[in-house]
Amino acid sequence: MSSPSTAIEPAALDREQLLTMYERMVEIRTFEDLAGKNFAAGLVPGFVHLYAGEEAVAVGVCAHLTDRDYITSTHRGHGHCIAKGVDIPGMVAELMGKSTGVCKGKGGSMHIADVEKGMLGANGIVGGGIPLACGAALTAKTLGTGGVAVCFFGDGASNQGTFHEGLNLAAIWKLPVVFVCENNGYAESTPVGYHCAASDIANRASAYEIPGVVVDGFDLFAVHETAAEAIGRARRGDGPTLIEAKTYRYYGHFQGDMITYRTEEELNRYRQRDPIVAVKGYLLAHGLADEAGIDAIDARVTEKLDAAWVAAKAAAFPAVEETLTDVYVTY
Amino acid sequence: MVTATATRQLTYGQAVTEALRIAMREDPTVILMGEDIAGGAMVDHLVNDDAWGGPMGVTKGLVQEFGRDRVLDTPITEAGFIGAAVGAAATGLRPVAELMFVDFFGCCMDQIFDQGAKLRYMFGGKARCPVVIRTQIGAGVSAAGQHSGCHYSVFTHMPGIKAVIPSTPADAKGLLLSAIRDDDLVMFFENKVLYGMKGEVPEGDEGIPFGVADIKRDGDDVTVVAISRMVTQSLLAAEQLAAEGIEVEVIDPRTLSPLDEETILTSVAKTHRLVVVDEDNPRCSAATDIAALVADKGFDFLDAPIKLVTAPHTPVPFSPPLEAAYVPSPERIAETVRQIM
Repeated sequence: MSSPSTAIEPAALDREQLLTMYERMVEIRTFEDLAGKNFAAGLVPGFVHLYAGEEAVAVGVCAHLTDRDYITSTHRGHGHCIAKGVDIPGMVAELMGKSTGVCKGKGGSMHIADVEKGMLGANGIVGGGIPLACGAALTAKTLGTGGVAVCFFGDGASNQGTFHEGLNLAAIWKLPVVFVCENNGYAESTPVGYHCAASDIANRASAYEIPGVVVDGFDLFAVHETAAEAIGRARRGDGPTLIEAKTYRYYGHFQGDMITYRTEEELNRYRQRDPIVAVKGYLLAHGLADEAGIDAIDARVTEKLDAAWVAAKAAAFPAVEETLTDVYVTY
Repeated sequence: MVTATATRQLTYGQAVTEALRIAMREDPTVILMGEDIAGGAMVDHLVNDDAWGGPMGVTKGLVQEFGRDRVLDTPITEAGFIGAAVGAAATGLRPVAELMFVDFFGCCMDQIFDQGAKLRYMFGGKARCPVVIRTQIGAGVSAAGQHSGCHYSVFTHMPGIKAVIPSTPADAKGLLLSAIRDDDLVMFFENKVLYGMKGEVPEGDEGIPFGVADIKRDGDDVTVVAISRMVTQSLLAAEQLAAEGIEVEVIDPRTLSPLDEETILTSVAKTHRLVVVDEDNPRCSAATDIAALVADKGFDFLDAPIKLVTAPHTPVPFSPPLEAAYVPSPERIAETVRQIM
């Protein structure tokens, strides 16, 4: 991590906003821990890629967005969904492939989406969402909706052609889009120091003469403030920004990954600075919540997630006829 | 087709331009995107007169009427702008993107088939992707290996994509209007050799529905299903054969996805013979697909083997005599028909 954390005072945030962001982060962590556990128990088909550790990025960015704004996401998309307000019970059911899933069980973890919430999908293609975000921003600009698009992608995606094509297009058209690179240190198992020629991915912004900013992705307030500036700039019509959030994933690339490419010591170093613990510490230190208040939030989230899993387990799988629907609007 | 609608002569290229203009006038969410489709970006004196309007001039004049916010010159960045068209379609616009030559699909296929075509299905029917990708196909101008392919078979194969291939000016206009009004991802294949072809084109704004084949010539002796420029070639063959007393029915599917199976099967039930003429490469193609359809659902109608007249399993050659041998000719079509009579 080239940008040491300096705790930024969240001057612009009131107590309610801080508590909401804390709760969102806990929702993501709890969602992911349970997804991992239930995947291991055989309840989740396919692949899951967990976002635990990276919560401050999705929450700090999406705090500035409403339903008129769009996001695109990655393999590791659960956190972005929750931060953007996608229904959690519907997400759990989607992971299980149930008919009550947000995508009726047809997308699963890697394609989880809710366009009505402005969530244009997790994406099974690395870098696949970058042009889509430019398109969503083009819609906002053309129709004058005032909306912006935020494009989440990983360090691995920054080597795809779509990254460079998307940044150039957004720059020449001054699109209201913010590119958020979640650099968690590894593209699958390959370390960023190997796969990327740039010491900071944010440096790549200079090739397109747009702002490129590195932020500590474990620091919610730093992410929040950086995103505020970039999103504000996009909304004003001043064009795109590339934010590189240096972050870390606690789990492997996917569940089942033996994680032989990094050390326990490295993981523990990050866990010492856990972003949720840091926010909790801030809330307690500033008298914005007491232990009982925090415990109540944590318990509420656990109860919500437990109930979501109970409901998803009880829900029906889609009828086999559903295989043939939703390919076209008309055919 | 007998119709009360007034018509006049337009070229195939002019018919495409007219459809774009009508669609843009009727719906402010329709935008055009592509390389040089406006032309003259940052060259002010070109805007009102000599801007390209695309390398074939098909979009010429539209930037003057609709402005650069709706006629967007893109960089040469197919994954970027085709993907942006898909993203814009999913969020409220109706983009018509121009992929200059279909051979360039390799530069942007992920955005077409992994993103645009699958989005509605993967999202459980909650999204739609009303984007049209216009693209040039076809050999015949020595454009060689990377600017001459057809490749509509590739897109016909893929769920979530509609594949539309007009063979006449009237079909180009009517099908493009329907494509732009359609709520799904449409690949619209314009044959570069046909741009100068003249034909009667209806006035007005009526679209031609998808999945409705057009019988370009009636005949009782053999059914020829032909696609794009192969319709013209087959009609020429049909004239030669008529002089020999063989009446050919020429069917143009017009859209390969969806495919009007009924019109093809009904014709074969009448003629008992089928030849499919396709300029695309022959393996896993529209031609083999139509042959398989008739073998499966119309086997008992047949009095002779199904024959295919296609390009060979090669890239498109450059040298004129080789290219001429590559494209199915009226003579080759006629000879194939004679073999099964």
